[in-house]
Parts: sequence; structure tokens; C-alpha cells
Amino acid sequence: MTLMEILILIILPVLILIFLSLDVLFLTWLERKVIARIQLRYGPNRTGPFGILQPLADALKLIQKEDIIPRDADRTIFNLAPIVSFVAAALPFMFVPFSEYFQLALIDNAIIFLLATSALSAIGILLAAWGSNSKYPLLGGMRAIAQVLSYEIPLVLAILSVIILVGSFSLIDIVKYQEENIWLIFLQPLGFLIFFISGLAEASRVPFDLPESESELVAGFHTEYSGMKFALLLFAEYIHLILISMLMTLLYLGGWDIPGLYYLESVAKSIGYTLGLSEKLSIGLLHFLILIIKVHIVIFLILWITRGTLFRIRVYSLPVLSWKGLIPLAMLNVIITSILAGGLG
Amino acid sequence: MKYKFEGYEIEVRDNELLLNLGPQHPSTHGLCRLVVKLEGEKVKEIIPIIGYLHRGVEKICENRTYLQIIPITDRMDYLSAMNNNFAYVTAVEELLGVKVPERAEYLRVIAAELNRIASHLLFIATFGMDIGSFSAFMYGFRDREMILDLLEEMSGARMLYSYMRIGGVKRDVKKEFFDRCIKVLDKLEERLKDYERFFLENELFINRTKGIGILKPEDAIKLGVTGPNLRASGVKYDIRRVDPYSVYESIDFEVITDSGCDSYARFMVRFKEIKESIKIVRQAIKQIPEGDIMARVPKVIRPPEGEVYSRVESPRGELGVYIYSDGKSDKPYRIKFRVPSFANLSAFPHFNKGLLLADLIVSFASIDIVLGDIDR
Repeated sequence: MTLMEILILIILPVLILIFLSLDVLFLTWLERKVIARIQLRYGPNRTGPFGILQPLADALKLIQKEDIIPRDADRTIFNLAPIVSFVAAALPFMFVPFSEYFQLALIDNAIIFLLATSALSAIGILLAAWGSNSKYPLLGGMRAIAQVLSYEIPLVLAILSVIILVGSFSLIDIVKYQEENIWLIFLQPLGFLIFFISGLAEASRVPFDLPESESELVAGFHTEYSGMKFALLLFAEYIHLILISMLMTLLYLGGWDIPGLYYLESVAKSIGYTLGLSEKLSIGLLHFLILIIKVHIVIFLILWITRGTLFRIRVYSLPVLSWKGLIPLAMLNVIITSILAGGLG
Repeated sequence: MKYKFEGYEIEVRDNELLLNLGPQHPSTHGLCRLVVKLEGEKVKEIIPIIGYLHRGVEKICENRTYLQIIPITDRMDYLSAMNNNFAYVTAVEELLGVKVPERAEYLRVIAAELNRIASHLLFIATFGMDIGSFSAFMYGFRDREMILDLLEEMSGARMLYSYMRIGGVKRDVKKEFFDRCIKVLDKLEERLKDYERFFLENELFINRTKGIGILKPEDAIKLGVTGPNLRASGVKYDIRRVDPYSVYESIDFEVITDSGCDSYARFMVRFKEIKESIKIVRQAIKQIPEGDIMARVPKVIRPPEGEVYSRVESPRGELGVYIYSDGKSDKPYRIKFRVPSFANLSAFPHFNKGLLLADLIVSFASIDIVLGDIDR
């Protein structure tokens, strides 16, 4: 391996991490702004134009804060939890293709590794809940684990139907299939719905924000955290939201595919040529841009539809919805897809 | 393990958890502290602990003249100050034997009903927030604001009105006030349709509230629950009808009841009562005569020796005032407020055991207590 290759190996993950961090900052601003508009408020509007610098100010504030560790907390676990959460949230991005030519770890069954690493986030929550040695975090942690366990299954089953249909474990292949045929949301409407609901639950968004429902559990497993550790936990949560939206885009909404992609690609190629970029790089950047815009549209819809208008779901009906509703439906979806795919193939 | 606190002693086993909700907690509505014993998330015991807002209102009243007590009553149930004023002044008037001019009575009814609407809107707002929708909170506050503007125009204050006086009201309203009032009520009726869509057509809302915190009618009566909470258990009991005061006899309105007995029913009763209150205000505006707004009352109020108990229907239930006058002083010898929130909170632990923690919060929000009212 040359020095150049090693440098690239180091630089690329750092670039992705920087992108994720910046996007999280942007998302906190977007969320506050969108929700404020729905709720007849203005949202942040003091720092910078439209308050866009507010997340930076918040981050600075959190960095300055005293790092408080409760007396009775289990210090090792308490300190470990935010790091584990953050790493577990960021790790799946190794297996996410950002364009047709760029995926950090290019392996055949990327999607399995992606799901496996994203499931690690439950451990981070459990560590935070247990390490705090406090009552509200414990209750929040218990709920979070129940939720993750219940909703991982329909999520995976929904993805399974996609895999059966496309016949590949690679996300790049799945997007290519959609480029050649039709977006999978039209072939898998039920699967998309299941994925959407369980994805919301995975990312603990309203109406599934039970682990941190402020009206009963104050802040759930965050309660005892302050300063940078709190920021890391919050980052992990938003990165999870980005991951879910990105998966939704890649699996069902065509990834970087839009009508007229071919012309855009040729435009990108010619622009790249004049700038002296290679063909792959210019097309890759175009794909990345389209993907990011789509992901943010999805996130905006999630904020708008759920956070603005819905109530929190009942604790009791949370597992019931999954085990009695989503899992049988997802299994049905798998069976139907298998029969149809067999018939077509 | 045994825990001792505030005169309670509670046994907690290894698989149980003693959780302290409050006094600083997002959904304790003021400064109530609920100590709950949990097994998993299931609530096994509830102990409400009150007194964080105690100011000794009743004792303070013994050192104030009858007129000076009116602003103090504002500060009990601060969300329905008009109704507190109402209860107090009617009690003193009964003691004095004063006949209040009819225009003043109508103004009082308008003020009290507007205040009831504002209070119920706030209930809807906080209830929505406790179920997890901050949007509902903002919408409720927006519409309450319109009513507060009207009350401000009447009394000069937004929250602690001190509008009523012994023998009448503080000041008359302008003629245009009634037009504005009707305009606001029209707008509010439009907005209520939005609430119906937001709450009642929302599957998640119904799922969260139906069957939560069931208060049987016989228990409700035994525990002294009054107001919308009692009516949501299907008991048709409203002081405005059972023991009519002021001009409520000449006003046509329905006593809303619901046989659901649960949190959903309690929400529904309050929601429908807003509509009834709008109806009452409209009628009162139509019927209000011209005339004086103050009866002839001596400058220094010194009631004859005797005692009186007078009650009104506040947004939270039966609000009673007991006054004993020794006949010599211009200050009451003893004054006692029978507040609805206190009885409602005392009943709370009896019908909520076995709920999950999240449902307990919903049930707690649905009884709509005000801690200023309880602690006094």
C-alpha cells in the first residue's frame, strides 16, 4: 500500500464524520425552525441570518459546560456510553454508498453489516441508562430497549423483501435496479410503509419518542448527562435519523436516481472536465448532491408530518403494534414478494 | 426497605421502585409532588404531597377588610380568578342581604363564562402537551389569548382580575365590547372545529386517553369529586343548575355529561363545555339590561353576626366560601374556601392504581388541578 492510499483511507472517514457533524448541526436548526413555524412561533432568529448559527452557539455552550458525573453513577460505564452511542451511530455509514462509485467499505453484503452495526446503538442507550444509576434514565433505557427489539424485526423484514426483489445485498445494486426499472416505493408500497413506521421507532422520533418522553421521564436516558457527553448522545440520535432517512431514500426512493439523471450526468461530466476532475469524481459528486437533497426532503417530511401533528403513542400499544401489526404484515410482504419475484424471474 | 417521608411510611420490595415525580417535574402542573411506587412501569401506589405553594390565604383573610380580600381570592385558583371573585362576593352579599343590580349580574356571568372558556382552553393545551404534542399547547394558548384580551378590556387585568365588587362590578363595559365579544366567539367556534380535527379524529389521541383512569360515578360521589370530572362520570351535577345563583336561572344551557368515566370523557366534557359557555355568553349579551352596576353598599362593610356558605361552579368544580362574621369587626372572623381541586386530587390515588406510568400522567392531566387552589 502506498502512502497515498493510506492517507486516503484516513481522510475519507474523517470527511464523512465532518459531513455528518455539520449535517447534524443543520438538522437541529431545521427541526427547530420547522416545528416553530407549525406551532406559530419564530424559532431561532437571533444568531446569524434566520438563526442559522444557533446550533454553533449551542455547541459552543455545551463544550464550555462543566462535565458533571453524578456521585452514584458507575463512572466507567457512564463515560463510555456517549462514545459507544456515537460510534455505533456513525459506524453504519461505512456501508452506505454516497454515490455509484463511492462506498467506504465496499463489500458484497453491505446491508447486513449496516444493519448489524446500527443495532449496536441499543448498547449505547443501555450503557447510558444503567451507568447513570438513576431512576428516570433506567425507565427510559428499559423503554428504549423494548422499542429497539420490537422494531428491528419489521425493519429487517421490509428490507428482506427488497433484497429478494433485487437479488442483491449491495445497496449500489439496489439503486442501479431502481435506475433501470422503477423506484421501489411503487413496487413495495407496503414495505415502504412498514419501513417508515419502524424507522421512526428506531430513531425514536415522535410518535415513538417514548424513551425520552419529557412529560413523564424528564429526558429519559439523557437526564444525568451534561456538556459534551450530552452533545454526543444528541449527535448519535440525529445521525440515526440521517441513517434511517438515507436508507429510506436508497431502498425505496431511488437513491441518486431522478428523472433526467442522464442529462445531468453529462452536464456534470462537462463541468468536471473543465475543472480538471475525473469523470467518476464529477458524477460521484452529482450523485452525492442529489442523494443529500433527497435525504433532507425525507427528513423534512418526517419533521412536518409527525413532530408537528402527532401525539406520543401509548407505552402499552408500542410492542403490540410491532408484534401484532407490523411483523405479520412484513412477513406477508416477504411471501408475496417471493412469489412475485419467482414468477417474474 | 422502608422509606419515611412527610409523615408517610412506605415499604418497597426489591422488584419495586419508588419514584419521585415532582415538585420539579414537567407534568405536575405547578408544584405538586407525586410519590409513586412502581413495579416495572406499573403504578402500585400513589401519594400526592402538597403544600409547596402554601401562602396561608385563609389566615391572611382574617386580617383584611372584606374589600381587601377580593384580590387575595384571585390568587387562589389563578386560572379562574373571575369565578373565585364570584364565589366570594356572592357569599358576602348573602351575609349583608344586598340585592345586586341585574346589569351587574349579567356582567358577572359574562366574565365568569369567558373565564371558564379560557381555563378550559388552557386545559386542552396542557393536556395536549402531556400527551406529547407541543403544537396543541401553542394552539390552546393562542386561542386563550383572545379571551384574555376581552377580560382585559372588562377588568383591566389579564389574569388576576379583581373585577367583582361586593354589590356589583368594578366598572361597566363599553357598548362596542359586546360586538367584539361576539366576533371573538365566532372565531373561537371556527377554531374549535380545528381542535376537533386535531384531537378527536386522531387515532393516537383516542388510543392514549380511552379507558385510562376510570372513575366510577359512585366512587366519584363518595370521594367528593365535583365539576367536569364528576360530570364525565355521568353524574348530572352542576351548581349553576342544582343551586342556581346570579342570573343562571334565566339562561338556557345544557349540563354536559359523559358516561365514559375515563380521561377521554373528561376531555370531552370540557371541550363541550366551551361550546356551552359560548352559548351562555351569547344569551347574556342578548339579555343584558341597561342600568346600574353597583348596589348601594356602605363604605365600610360590617356584616351582622352570622355565618354563610355560598358556592359557585368554577371551571374545576364546586367552589364554596364559608364566612363567619362576629358582627363587630369589618374583617371576617373566619373564612374557609372549599376548593374543587383539593377534593379532585384527594380522589386521584383511588382510581389510578395499576396504570402504567405514562398513562398515570395522562390521567393526572385530565383531572385538571391548579396547585394555587389546593395549597392556598
